Amino acid sequence: MSTAAAATASAVTTSTLATGKSQDRNLTSLVFLGALWFSLFFGVVVLFALIVDTAISGADRFDKELFTQYTQSFDPERAEALAATGRDPKDLSAAYTGFKSGIVGSVILMITTALMAIPLGVAAAVYLEEFSSKTSRFSRIVEVNLQNLAAVPAVIYGMLAASLMAAVGAERGIAIGGAVALSLLILPVVIITTREALRSVPDEIRQGSLALGATVWQTTWRQTLPSAVPGIATGTILGLSRAIGEAAPLVMIGFGAINFAPELPYITSKIEAFPLEIYDAAQSSREIVRQAASAGIIVLLAMILGMNALAIIIRNKFQRSW
Amino acid sequence: MTALTQPSPPSGAGSAPVLTARPRRGEAVIKAALVTAAGASVLVTAGILFAVLEPAIEFFRRVPAGEFFTADTDSSYAVFPLIMGTGMTTVIALMVAVPIGLGAAMYLSEYASKRARKWLKPTVELLAGVPSVVYGFFAVFFVIPVVLQDWLGLEISAYNPLGGGLVLGVMIIPTVASLSEDALSAVPLALRQGSLAMGANRMQTTLRVVFPAALSGIAAAVVLGVSRAVGETMIVLMACGSIKNTSLDPGEGHETMTGTIARTALGESPVESTEYKYLFAVALLLFVITFVMNMISIAIVRRFRQAY
Amino acid sequence: MSTEPATATTSSEEPMGLKLSIDEEAAHSTIGEVPAESVMETFHLNVFYNDFHAVHDVNLTFGRNEITALIGPSGCGKSTVLRCLNRMNDLVPGARVEGEINYHGQNIYGSKVDPIAVRQHIGMVFQKPNPFPKSIYDNIAYGPRVIGMKVDNMDDLVEEALRGAALWDEVKDKLKQSAYGLSGGQQQRLCIARTIATKPDVILMDEPCSALDPIATAKIEDLMLEMRKDFTIIIVTHNMQQAARVSDRTAFFTAKPDETTGNRTGLLVEFDRTKQLFSNPADERTEAYISGRFG
Repeated sequence: MSTAAAATASAVTTSTLATGKSQDRNLTSLVFLGALWFSLFFGVVVLFALIVDTAISGADRFDKELFTQYTQSFDPERAEALAATGRDPKDLSAAYTGFKSGIVGSVILMITTALMAIPLGVAAAVYLEEFSSKTSRFSRIVEVNLQNLAAVPAVIYGMLAASLMAAVGAERGIAIGGAVALSLLILPVVIITTREALRSVPDEIRQGSLALGATVWQTTWRQTLPSAVPGIATGTILGLSRAIGEAAPLVMIGFGAINFAPELPYITSKIEAFPLEIYDAAQSSREIVRQAASAGIIVLLAMILGMNALAIIIRNKFQRSW
Repeated sequence: MTALTQPSPPSGAGSAPVLTARPRRGEAVIKAALVTAAGASVLVTAGILFAVLEPAIEFFRRVPAGEFFTADTDSSYAVFPLIMGTGMTTVIALMVAVPIGLGAAMYLSEYASKRARKWLKPTVELLAGVPSVVYGFFAVFFVIPVVLQDWLGLEISAYNPLGGGLVLGVMIIPTVASLSEDALSAVPLALRQGSLAMGANRMQTTLRVVFPAALSGIAAAVVLGVSRAVGETMIVLMACGSIKNTSLDPGEGHETMTGTIARTALGESPVESTEYKYLFAVALLLFVITFVMNMISIAIVRRFRQAY
Repeated sequence: MSTEPATATTSSEEPMGLKLSIDEEAAHSTIGEVPAESVMETFHLNVFYNDFHAVHDVNLTFGRNEITALIGPSGCGKSTVLRCLNRMNDLVPGARVEGEINYHGQNIYGSKVDPIAVRQHIGMVFQKPNPFPKSIYDNIAYGPRVIGMKVDNMDDLVEEALRGAALWDEVKDKLKQSAYGLSGGQQQRLCIARTIATKPDVILMDEPCSALDPIATAKIEDLMLEMRKDFTIIIVTHNMQQAARVSDRTAFFTAKPDETTGNRTGLLVEFDRTKQLFSNPADERTEAYISGRFG
């Protein structure tokens, strides 16, 4: 069936088609793909190196004292026992450096922050997504403003909270001041992720509810918000995990060097924050204190990575494709 | 008969459906609360401006502007050495974060399957979740002494923008990667198909069609990365040093803008002292820089949306 | 070349409503006069998307320097078949092809064949114009550059391609301007020019006029008749008049719903010279479709 003309054409094409080599697998493509893989895993490798290096230097301090002792606290009985092992006496007190005040303080901070930031953030997001018209001047201003707030450096939130506290005459370094700073810091994150979660709820659900005579608020409260809960939870947990690791804004509020348990009511008590305590320990000239900082870092990372993992699991498990 | 002129309800006036608007007080209260919440974010911005502006103005009342905007390291209120330190750290951070973040974004958007992306993307984003204190610690006790001084044999000081910048770069990889990936994914599938249908391979399609089409979105991601790097505090406080320095050598210690702010706050300066007010003048400058960066980023994204 | 497609049985006497299995129904496809000089043939082409059987047992022969139209109601698998012809279906996750597609006697689904090399010989124009966000010039130069064509003078090649797509006179003064400034019809001709520039052997067109107005459509149809001298063209169209106007041969497909799942599987009903198929269809399903009684 093939004529001479077709035969020549096929001869040309035959030589190039079945080479057995894919042009997606030629050298440049493979080098390129290799570079992309490198980029993808570079960060993970760094993180791994960070964790391993820190865990090794903190290895001696994964003990119960890390959680039960205050910084610089001294327990003579334990000191005697330690002296028997031949340690340098001037390290004795430092050997018990623990992060109790920081861990307790950070938990208080986180709860207070969550109580302030979540309702405020969700309410703002609900207004922007469900109530306001997208083109109104007010919502456009709020929109641009939120994008800007998300990029404001954390220290500056600390300065704002510090002047707020000063304005109401509150003492420096108390829990509520830190919580205000952290709430302001994560507010844009909570609002943005809540809006995304609300946006992904299909309009049919809203229309179905509105068509039954429900008001906008009833529709939001009973239909839209419940459907958006996994998304909101994910964003909020990620925001809180960022808040718990922040030290810079707390520096501005005057946190630090507290070696006692907070008193009731916690929110007006002076407290210490875990990352700030780690910072202080890291500045120490004594090796043994820096060891405690290493161990503390691993504990802090475990808390934060745990929260991140939880958020990812919630997202991947409950993500509905409408 | 009357029905023609006066339509009456089918079964007595009493059961006529009421269609007039009825005040829903609860609804109005809720709506007011929600508006307040949304407006709170605007109040926060106003609050930031006021909180920073007022002491900054007080600072400029006490210290002439010339003593602030100077590179003279002898002037205790000089800001240019700080800008220098921040700028150097930021550039080094970008040299890490831009190529790596972009590479990760290209893999996620153009090569990874949907399922793989679902797990790989959060893994990359994990880097943003590590507290900056931890990164700072890593820079001071591992990257500078072990990697840079021991392994690479560099003659550098114990605290410097090179080490701080490299670690800061790792921290902002997710910022660059995440937004770049959004930009790459937004490129219409039809363009990729058009390229592949001509016999281009995946790499050529990615680099020559998808990347240029997403360029403005990627630029926005980089600008946002810059503003993150400029505002980051703990890493530079711990790792970059505390010497006001205008040299271009990233191996020497350099004080940065955020470093100064935090160091002053940690110090013993009384709140009313000029040193303390200086902190607000620096913070104001920092706020302006990040604000401008962010507006640039938003403007680029706006333009890029119109392109398709 | 195998004559297997031609041996398929002739038209059925059964009425359409009768419950036939898909194999029985496919066996009733009518293959009329096949082209003497073929460029591509499909043999027992079956396409699946995961478990879904999208196209059933298609046997077609595409003639050199001819325009072959694939027509049929929506969901009949005509676009799927087209996308198999240059392995663009590889890009759909879960797509699987059984059977063979021979291109100059070589199975393009053979294990040693690189789909990228296939696409360098068999180009494609899409439903919606998809110029790259580059200049007109760079849109044309892109293909030759990426496939590593030896080009003596790119300017000449760009001009040749644009002339080939009847676009040169309209754009010669704005080659450096963005392709997005062109009208829809011009953009589609640019996409054709872009494909011509790589000097393919076969050009696939997937409803190339469906996004265009009648005047732009007429221009593209004229262009196709012109291009037939140099290329083999295979076009999917939902517009029967278009098929009748431009094509030399037409393949009519239909969709058969599955009894249990309701999924529609495409199959070939009739393949013949366009004149023959439109004036005197052998199969009553074809006749029903072209006379507008169905579809």
